[in-house]
Amino acid sequence: MTTVLLNKSYDADFVGQVEKESEQNLSLCYQCGNCTAGCPYSSFYDYPVSQIVRLTQTGQRETVLSSRALWLCASCESCTTRCPNNIDVARVMDVLRHMARRAGHKPEPEIKIFWDTFLNSVEKHGRVFEMGLMAKYIVKTGRVMTDADLGMDLLPKGKLSFRAHDIVGKQNVADIFKRFNKERES
Amino acid sequence: MSPTYAYYPGCSGLGTSAEYDRSTRAVCKTLGIELVDIPDWSCCGSTPAHTVDHALSCALSARNIGQAEKLDVEGIITPCPSCLTNLKTASHRMRNPEFKARVEKLLDEPVENRLPVMSVLQVLFEQVGPRRIADRVTESLSGLRLAPYYGCIMNRPPEIMDFDDCENPIAMDRLMAALGADIAPFPLKVECCGASFGVARKGMVMKLSGKLLDAAEDVRADAMVTACPLCQMNLDLRQKQINAANNARHNMPVFYYTQLIGKALGLGEDSLMLDNLIVRPVGAFRKMEEVRRSAS
Repeated sequence: MTTVLLNKSYDADFVGQVEKESEQNLSLCYQCGNCTAGCPYSSFYDYPVSQIVRLTQTGQRETVLSSRALWLCASCESCTTRCPNNIDVARVMDVLRHMARRAGHKPEPEIKIFWDTFLNSVEKHGRVFEMGLMAKYIVKTGRVMTDADLGMDLLPKGKLSFRAHDIVGKQNVADIFKRFNKERES
Repeated sequence: MSPTYAYYPGCSGLGTSAEYDRSTRAVCKTLGIELVDIPDWSCCGSTPAHTVDHALSCALSARNIGQAEKLDVEGIITPCPSCLTNLKTASHRMRNPEFKARVEKLLDEPVENRLPVMSVLQVLFEQVGPRRIADRVTESLSGLRLAPYYGCIMNRPPEIMDFDDCENPIAMDRLMAALGADIAPFPLKVECCGASFGVARKGMVMKLSGKLLDAAEDVRADAMVTACPLCQMNLDLRQKQINAANNARHNMPVFYYTQLIGKALGLGEDSLMLDNLIVRPVGAFRKMEEVRRSAS
């Protein structure tokens, strides 16, 4: 367990930014631990979700944004549903990973590559092309045996299509990404 | 007049969950719910989009909401909980004019955001209802013991999803009971299966989906029944991997609820695609027949 020294590293801007982007009042969290108790991913996290909230309250930008927990959250909404003070914790987790991305953190490279490859597929075809997504993921990660065993079950049932389902308006979808990237750069 | 809805199939319906899409269309048709596909619908961005940015994620959903608004329909419905959550969250957040303006800047044209968004499950439960479905049953499922598994996001968070109970949903239980099935008290109805981490972090799915299969076995279910393509894929397609990882010997069929409604209404294999399931359900059906024989 890492010791975090709270007195020297309080970053008020960070707290304000998380509260603004998530539209949540983090000072309402009194650390009851309900979010962590219900989180199916706690055992995989470096910091359980209630500690992520506490670290955010105490302005620990670097510790929070470099945390692996942000990338291992599946947005199952347990935490949000069970928070007694109605904090949308899953939304806070989302906002923290937005910020982690912008700051260039990638403690879970495979997960980031999977998500990015998924979105590239949407940007290119308008819909996800499952087979293409898997192929690109394998190329980018070098994990050649990823789910190779499943192909034997999927292929005979026609569950994996070899061609992409490009939509007519795929340019509209690509434009959404283009405008988003432009907005981000400005 | 039968209600007409704009139908959003979701990307997996074109591939890994073709049987969900096919059986949903067949069941809706049989029960008098008219579906019109959203013209040239695009991907909602699923989880990856909202982990990058909320305006981007909402814009990807809003394009589809806009496309649906061009139709003469009562609302938008989708079978997939992940698509549902994205469409509903987009619709909910766009009630904030400032956010809506930001989303619209990413789109080619503005959206009105006036159509309600619902799951197919909600429409079948609330508009048709278990009683009317029970009246239509031609092949009862009595003797089949089911563990109903809703997945994590069909009903959560309650403020946005606005349907059924967020801790103990019962819509699918009631519909399955209306078909004559025996409903096991399944304690992990809304626990997460590991979601899309099967590819990048398989161990998490092995543990979480493994726990679901163990629990279904513990309540003596013959099969699980689900409403989510990703849950179904983790539990069915990955069941062999789960067995190997956990030293287990599960042989648990995992149906889509629409397949079972279709079966009880007497629809054929063309509509149900039961052959598409990886864990074959023949054993469960055989047991169902045996239970019935011994009861009669």
